[in-house]
Amino acid sequence: MASAGGAAPFWRAAGMTYITYTNICANLVRNCLKEPFKAEAMSREKVHFSLSKWVDGKPEKPTIRSEGSEH
Amino acid sequence: MFRRATTLLRQPLMGATSRRFSTDLPAAPVEDSTFVEAWKKVSPNVEAPKTPLAYMKPRPATPTSLPSKLTVNFVLPYASELSAKEVDMVIVPATTGQMGVLPGHVATIAELKPGVLSVHEGNDVTKYFISSGFAFIHANSVADIIAVEAVPVDRIDVNLVQKGLQEFTQKLNSATTDLEKAEAQIGVDVHSALNSALTG
Repeated sequence: MASAGGAAPFWRAAGMTYITYTNICANLVRNCLKEPFKAEAMSREKVHFSLSKWVDGKPEKPTIRSEGSEH
Repeated sequence: MFRRATTLLRQPLMGATSRRFSTDLPAAPVEDSTFVEAWKKVSPNVEAPKTPLAYMKPRPATPTSLPSKLTVNFVLPYASELSAKEVDMVIVPATTGQMGVLPGHVATIAELKPGVLSVHEGNDVTKYFISSGFAFIHANSVADIIAVEAVPVDRIDVNLVQKGLQEFTQKLNSATTDLEKAEAQIGVDVHSALNSALTG
């Protein structure tokens, strides 16, 4: 860990957050698994969420994002 | 996020009134005494309700002599791999290198890089490959290791690792923006760590 507030890790210097970094690492590891484990792991990668912007105190129509890998 | 944690721990105490380290604390209380007393003043006949603190297992006290075993909690977002398991030693892949943790280790917060976590219990060694995460070692010889993805080393497919390594090395050479370079670098790091886990 860079102490004394020194150089940030390369991913943070490139504008990535820790969560993005750690999710990318996890996805790469999951892609390198042997067969039965890989199929189980793929189900863990899925994210499913609904996003709605709020305007004037009221929610607009929500968008549903259901994806298999990061972003 | 935790980058300054080690510098803060290393600095000497700035006066006795500043925050004390957990080495000075006895076991965590099971009951919130101020709440119970305040309740009794208001309604002495009704028994005070239990607060969440009463339902939790108290934090173990920091023993004055070195404990003989390390208690490890190894958790993933979807499962608890090891829960309060007593072991002799764990070796965690910290960003500063492989770090061995024995009972009585100084309190540390370590960010982990992709690598192998090995748990030593008597003559058994269990190895897991961790994608990244954190290790919190407390003064009372409890170690909390958290990772997003962890697999026993024998579940890794060596061909996929080689392919991935080549692919990301190529991407690193052809990357243009900072973000692409960072992603390719992450790919190279993770796959090289997977490779060394398989061979080492």
